[in-house]
Amino acid sequence: MASQTFRSIKEVPLEEYFTPGHRACQGCAEAIAVRHVLKAAGRDVIVVNATGCLEVVSTPYPYTAWAVPWYHVAFENTAAVASGIESALKVLRRKRLVADKKIHVVCFAGDGGTADIGFQALSGALERGHDFLYVCLDNEAYMNTGIQRSSSTPYGAWTTTSPPGKVKPAGQMTYKKDLPSIFAAHGIPYVATATVSYPLDLINKAKKGLDVEGPAYLHIYTPCPPGWRIPSEKVIQVSRLGVQTGMFLIYEAEKGHLRLTVKPSRRKPVAEYLKMQGRFRHLSDEDVEKIQRFVDERCAKFGLPPLEAST
Amino acid sequence: MKLGKRISIECSHAASLAVKLANVDVVAAYPITPQTHIIERLAEYVANGELDAEYVNVESEHSALSACIGASAVGARVYTSTAGQGLALMHEMLFIASGNRLPIVMGVANRSLSPNLNIWGDQSDMMASRDCGWIQIYAENAQEIFDHTLQAFKIAEDERVLLPVAVCFDGFHVTHVIEPLITLDQEEVDRFLPKHRRAIYRLTPDQPSTWGPVASPDVQTELKVQNEWALNSSKDVILEVWREFSDLFDRRYTPLEVYRVEDADAAILILGGFAGTARIAVDKMREEGKKIGLIKLRLYRPFPMQEAKDVLSKVKAVAVVDRAISAGGLGGPVYGDVRNVLYDVERRPAVLSFIAGLGGRDITVKDFMKIGERALEAADKGRSGPVVNFIQVRM
Amino acid sequence: MADSKPTVKNLPIAGIIFTPGSAKEYNTGSFRSQKPILEAKLCTKCGMCWVYCPDGAVFVNSEGMYEVDLKYCKGCGICVEECARKAIKMVDEEEM
Repeated sequence: MASQTFRSIKEVPLEEYFTPGHRACQGCAEAIAVRHVLKAAGRDVIVVNATGCLEVVSTPYPYTAWAVPWYHVAFENTAAVASGIESALKVLRRKRLVADKKIHVVCFAGDGGTADIGFQALSGALERGHDFLYVCLDNEAYMNTGIQRSSSTPYGAWTTTSPPGKVKPAGQMTYKKDLPSIFAAHGIPYVATATVSYPLDLINKAKKGLDVEGPAYLHIYTPCPPGWRIPSEKVIQVSRLGVQTGMFLIYEAEKGHLRLTVKPSRRKPVAEYLKMQGRFRHLSDEDVEKIQRFVDERCAKFGLPPLEAST
Repeated sequence: MKLGKRISIECSHAASLAVKLANVDVVAAYPITPQTHIIERLAEYVANGELDAEYVNVESEHSALSACIGASAVGARVYTSTAGQGLALMHEMLFIASGNRLPIVMGVANRSLSPNLNIWGDQSDMMASRDCGWIQIYAENAQEIFDHTLQAFKIAEDERVLLPVAVCFDGFHVTHVIEPLITLDQEEVDRFLPKHRRAIYRLTPDQPSTWGPVASPDVQTELKVQNEWALNSSKDVILEVWREFSDLFDRRYTPLEVYRVEDADAAILILGGFAGTARIAVDKMREEGKKIGLIKLRLYRPFPMQEAKDVLSKVKAVAVVDRAISAGGLGGPVYGDVRNVLYDVERRPAVLSFIAGLGGRDITVKDFMKIGERALEAADKGRSGPVVNFIQVRM
Repeated sequence: MADSKPTVKNLPIAGIIFTPGSAKEYNTGSFRSQKPILEAKLCTKCGMCWVYCPDGAVFVNSEGMYEVDLKYCKGCGICVEECARKAIKMVDEEEM
């Protein structure tokens, strides 16, 4: 079935499947992302959620913010649990033991649950070709346990386990693991990146990922006010600047064909993005330049325009 | 009464055959010696169309059980099997499978835990996970593997139970042996086990529910106790299912299998395949006029407390033979359980711990006779002597 | 209150929550120190406040206008920042 694209915000369903009353922090971008992914999925879905902020804030017994069937098993095996669910639905439908309709399987996991502890299970599930949508909510650290670095933490970010010090002045000394590229290399039919400041782009990518036969991977950049040391009201602006500076590359790869879906006509210097966030406050000018060079090289590879002349 | 057909079969394949006849919906599996033959045969069944199931070739045992958990939560009948390191890797998921009340059936081909790498049999794998909340049944031979695997689905899926079941059997000494089996045809199995699982709780968009929410200190205790109650009360259903099986197919099972204990002074207690060797030793000693008996523990969890008390209070000494160590001076794990059970029995026997058969080392008839002698000696003297004894160890 | 605490017997099996979206019973408005006030005459109904609200606290009322449900609004201020018409402002809780 061809994907029905939402052309404007007005077409996005009003129904909330991730309901108010959840206990996410003020300004939580994950919550925004989840609301919209679920709007794309609709009622006929089963959600598998890795351990993490989302799981914790949404289900303190006896409260649940989920209006759709939802399962939390553990941290590292979201994709494996989804494999079982998808396989079971397939065979039970074949044997006419459940209603004969498509039920989507959607995974939500953080960057730790995807880049680190859940990496193997996800790689296995993608290789096996299960029909499911895996959503990585990337807030670039282990926020649920109190802001520890993951392999998705960017170079130069302060976290409680990558603190800047005399020997390691930049804080996080390694570059962010490029998850979308890694999962695209599995040859799955759909890989995309998105962020909350471009909601239509996000929701349409979720929809495409759900509609495609086989595995889909959607990587969503979700700024975290306490973890990134930003005021809650600035979350969308930080997300937007992430795109405008080229820190977040927003694209989709359908059957290996890569296309930027949000392409800023002029690219802003990364310093604008970095200076909004307390987690980068310690960075030296050299560090900022280093990040700029890294981003420039990446943007060139992806066909983004060069950095705009400084104004 | 038609009583099935006698065939000869590798014990591993007896498990596969039972799983096929149980008409499972999902198999998720990962290869590990000495369990692999089970899942190879299942893969063939699925590939040939003899079994209509989804076969998920997962990338680890952790994912095998995780996929089973997911599949079971949406209402499928599922099976996996593992051994040794594989079971250790599953450890975290074992608790979630039972805590979420999922009727998964798993074969465990008991294997020694590393280090050092050793693919052969002992029971240290399952014993390290014995508190995982699963029903644990130990099978001795092909027939028991076949019967207990079939029964396991019926027990697990009973709505008074809803717990996973591990059917355990010794790696190599049992799994790789070809034995006679009285099999059942599909029609006979269908009379015993419903063709499909009827899941009263499942994840479905028709009635959205939230599984695995966060539990505060305010409810975690009650949830754990709820599980404990479920496991303990599963015994009644297990006995009921075994009775029904015996009515249909004339093979009778009890939590403890008692052999020549009636007039015995002492008994050997063991679980698993080495009960066969122990039985021979008992017969030989009986020929010599020695009053020894054998107790085979079939149902390990829930522990058959009353049955164990009843039978053990008849003897003056019991030698518990463990194929695992409960590290730190406590002897074998089953020995600890047995002593625990006997503490409040008025006329309690002396209890001796023997640890033998680790990492695939044979326990011979002679070994069992020595163990039997020690038990008789303790019965005579009324005390245990050295509590923990390692058999056949070069000190 | 103590009497209404769940027991082994009355807890649902495995602690499964059978009421979808029961979090709606939970008041997250208490997180807030400031609250958003929407000036209706400036609103163009673009819906961005609804889109960006992490808490699903913005809804369309019976007159077709966007409104903030203060039972859930945590006062993050995203709607104020993202409103193109500056139709929403934050005021201290005590102010009316």
